[in-house]
Amino acid sequence: MSIDPFIELRNVSFAYGERLILKNINLTIPRGKLVAVMGGSGSGKTTLLRLISGQFRAKHGEVIVDGKNVGAMNQRELFEHRRRMGLLFQFGALFTDLTVFENIAFPIREHTRLPEAMIRDLVTLKLNAVGLRGTQDLMPAELSGGMARRIALARAIALDPALMLYDEPFTGLDPISLGVIAHLIKKLNDALGTTAIMVTHDVHTSLDIVDHVYFVSNGEIVAEGTPDEVRASPSPWVHQFVYGEADGPVHFAFPAKTRLEEDLGLGQGGHHA
Amino acid sequence: MLDFLFAPLRKLGHMTINAIWRLGYISRFLVALLAASGQSVRRFSLVIREVYFAGVLSLIIIVVSGLFVGMVLGLQGYNTLARFGSSDALGAMVALALLRELGPVLAALLFASRSGSAMTAEIGLMKATEQLDAMNMMAVNPLARVIAPRFWAGVISMPVLAALFNVMGIFGGYLVGVVMIGIDEGTYWSQTRNAVDLHYDIVNGLVKSLFFGIAVTLIAVFEGHEATPTAAGVSAATTRTVVTSALVILALDFILTAFMF
Repeated sequence: MSIDPFIELRNVSFAYGERLILKNINLTIPRGKLVAVMGGSGSGKTTLLRLISGQFRAKHGEVIVDGKNVGAMNQRELFEHRRRMGLLFQFGALFTDLTVFENIAFPIREHTRLPEAMIRDLVTLKLNAVGLRGTQDLMPAELSGGMARRIALARAIALDPALMLYDEPFTGLDPISLGVIAHLIKKLNDALGTTAIMVTHDVHTSLDIVDHVYFVSNGEIVAEGTPDEVRASPSPWVHQFVYGEADGPVHFAFPAKTRLEEDLGLGQGGHHA
Repeated sequence: MLDFLFAPLRKLGHMTINAIWRLGYISRFLVALLAASGQSVRRFSLVIREVYFAGVLSLIIIVVSGLFVGMVLGLQGYNTLARFGSSDALGAMVALALLRELGPVLAALLFASRSGSAMTAEIGLMKATEQLDAMNMMAVNPLARVIAPRFWAGVISMPVLAALFNVMGIFGGYLVGVVMIGIDEGTYWSQTRNAVDLHYDIVNGLVKSLFFGIAVTLIAVFEGHEATPTAAGVSAATTRTVVTSALVILALDFILTAFMF
């Protein structure tokens, strides 16, 4: 795709025990780009994020982030790697015993020795960036789902990461909150020059903001392209996914072993007596 | 064919292996916990915060229970001692029973059901809502930041709570013996002072509660950390904390008593 790759997956496979989740994945994400990985539930896309963050190690192949092999890192190097990375969890994962302010200040306090006044300024700026200045004294339980997601985003970017990972950032949000989060993700990506990878199955919102899309199905990359290429894709699979059609290459019906007539007792002999 | 004979045997074997495996697992957890405790020393405010939740908020139940246990001891002790004409020894009896046994054991049981269960539930829920994962992803070790401060807070709080329980119990015995029944105040206190030895009774009692504090808090944080991250999993872990703690406290008490007295 480009000359300056920030993330590279080379022939990556991953399995939970015997069950193969990812098969021979090859993927490149250039520096500064926003890339979406799409696929149905259980297709292995969250596993992909966990390989990049170093929570899982690939069974085969290499996961290279900024020139370093994540699979070969020890605990200290892994923490060093994560310090330059932000992850937005599906449901935010805010610390419920800390205020909004302390949540955002958490990574700053843990990793820097900045004076209190500077921490306050940094947190205020992050809150302002997500449009929630004034909520600093609230507890996470007092926030709506959309607000909590924005606070989690502010916390994820507290240390200005070079890499942002978004795990299903649009799940369970109302249309307005969804639009706000999508706008913020795009804006932050542009403003900070962060490389970002977003795992999602929200097609239309994602296609509006990302630079490139990978489609994952059954642990394999089945298609890729820019949003325009994807919309015009001749692949029936991509067409079904993008336009949300109930039947297509992915069947609507479970492949039952018996026919409906048999299950209802409507065989050749007619209705049971 | 002989399955009905072997099935219980197999189950027993499985349970034994499982118990030993769990013991090994919790020992490894303790070692990892101790290795990650540096931050608890450097940032002692983290521990202080947890001492508030585990210790200070347990004060009311400890104080009230201690008082009532002492008062009941006073009543029962007086009835029995009076039969042998030695009701003057009431103070000594109440104090010794509390300092050696009842104080450390009952305070630990109360601590396990109040603070231990709360710790398990809190850590379990933090796990279920991905807060521990989030911490890990922010390059912060949850063992150092969440688990170790709670562990040390429990270890610090337990002997202090047990001491407080003893004081309240002795005061309860005084209320019943002297104020209610009318034993001579001077006799009550001098009997108590003569009978109680600082090292033999008080220090040994506190050492017991230190062991109980380590055991209860370790079980509590371990069960929370290892809880299945679902509502049912956290609830089961909380129950296990209380049940295991109670059994361990009583078993440890027997062993420690055998060595100490």
